[in-house]
Amino acid sequence: MATPLSLRVFEAEARVYRRTWRGSVVSSFLNPILYMFAMGVGLGTIVDANLPGGIDGVSYLTFLAPGILVATALNTGASEGAWKVMGGIVWAKTWHARLATPIGIEGLLVGHLFWSTFRVFMVSVIFAGVIAAFRVAPLFESLLAVGPAVLVGSAMVAATTAFTVRLKEMSGLPMFFRFVVLPMFLFSGAFFPISQLPNWLQPVALATPVYHGVELARAIVVGTSPAVAWWVSVLYLVGWIIGFGVLCVKPLRRKLTP
Amino acid sequence: MEALIQAVGLTKNFGDIVAVDGIDFVVAEGESFGFLGPNGAGKTSTMKMIGATSPISGGSLSVLGLDPTEDGPTLRSRLGVVPQENNLDEELSVHDNLMMYGRYFDMSRAEIRDRIDELLEFVQLTEKRDAKIQALSGGMKRRVVIARGLIHDPDLFILDEPTTGLDPQARHVLWDRLYRLKQQGVTLIITTHYMDEAEQLCDRLVVMDKGRIVAEGSPSSLIDEYAPGEVVELRFPVGVLETLSGQIEDLAPRTELLADRALIYTQDAESTISAVTSNGLEPETVLARRSTLEDVFLRLTGRSLVE
Repeated sequence: MATPLSLRVFEAEARVYRRTWRGSVVSSFLNPILYMFAMGVGLGTIVDANLPGGIDGVSYLTFLAPGILVATALNTGASEGAWKVMGGIVWAKTWHARLATPIGIEGLLVGHLFWSTFRVFMVSVIFAGVIAAFRVAPLFESLLAVGPAVLVGSAMVAATTAFTVRLKEMSGLPMFFRFVVLPMFLFSGAFFPISQLPNWLQPVALATPVYHGVELARAIVVGTSPAVAWWVSVLYLVGWIIGFGVLCVKPLRRKLTP
Repeated sequence: MEALIQAVGLTKNFGDIVAVDGIDFVVAEGESFGFLGPNGAGKTSTMKMIGATSPISGGSLSVLGLDPTEDGPTLRSRLGVVPQENNLDEELSVHDNLMMYGRYFDMSRAEIRDRIDELLEFVQLTEKRDAKIQALSGGMKRRVVIARGLIHDPDLFILDEPTTGLDPQARHVLWDRLYRLKQQGVTLIITTHYMDEAEQLCDRLVVMDKGRIVAEGSPSSLIDEYAPGEVVELRFPVGVLETLSGQIEDLAPRTELLADRALIYTQDAESTISAVTSNGLEPETVLARRSTLEDVFLRLTGRSLVE
């Protein structure tokens, strides 16, 4: 066995993706363009008119862009960790088929995490390109900010997968998106500084992966200095990926090879 | 002949539920071996243990000389599996499904391409090579799964209820293909709750009920042992059968009263039928037939196979 089997899983996912890539790429472009218009031209004009000094010394759109880049990575990661996993173990059961081959639970899981992270990477690179095209930030800095976005997306793939493999019924997933993913999206510093939150809520925001990713991305694009040292944030995000990744193994084994 | 599978006291528990209750069996190379039993008899659990996708709870199991617990990946690389559910990727083409699967076995693309051509011809789906799975009939999907299971030229082919849910014509096409495999010397393990399937495909089989093996032998030897001769089936109008039980039981040493009909086991169907009329019984229909594995199962468990 020359090739690690998790790469075979990655390859299989790429084959599946090839069928839908056009629609997926189009929406990856449209999504940031819609945000840039709605937030920049719409909301941004009002915010900038009321804050002559800007937020962190920049226009609202420039403040927002790295935040939404990371928050979108969060959404992408959560979707990959939810629907793909449900499909594999409950709907199409393609993960069951994989386990009848030399691929084991670990290879399956690593391949899934790897591919989903790659999806986050694709979406984030396109997003960064749009940010640069809108002249919100230079291309180089925008592309650098893909790094923290991918970390956040990957952390969310792992966390969502760990949640999904424990579900008894799929009705738990819409709840997860409404009460976990959406609040993370809205309240973790992407749209406004978390100092605007009530004091008691700030530590909660601080515990989310999005906050750390947004701070890192904003430091790269805007040049702000984050409240938490950059390496602490990076370690924290890597901790999420590994920690939740490990938490997937047992329930997955119980579900697929009882 | 060499034993490809050897199970001693093989057991599978799910919590307090005993799915497989200490079974022993041996499968020889080139043999076509069946597990016959109703739903819930423990057939699928046994298949999954053989296929190294479910750990054994007790006893011992050796497949192709390997221990499924220790050598799972190596063992799985030599097994072909047709699971009960098709679990194909419905949105991909036949070709892509097979290519993807072959890659899991670390085969090269060129190698898989040749194999796909060969196998699609074998399962008579060459013209469906680029069709999406969701556009295929149930029987065609099943044949794709069979091609998928053979992609890496396995040493042992395991089929869990290969024709359940298919129409008679599709079943016959599948049986024909599986019969050819058997003739090529492929060792087949088949679970089924269809008598005719077991009779068509299995050299030898075990009858399972409630996690145990209740009988073992070739289809014909099982019939000779447990349900020799012929069967006369009598149907009566609703509600009449119960009132006649005494009279029917007098007709032969062995009779079975089912919900809708009575079965009379006899060596001579003709004389039994004349006895029916001379005893004043007036069944709606009378059918004389050879006994089958269905009768064997009824005899062994007191229940019919497909409920």
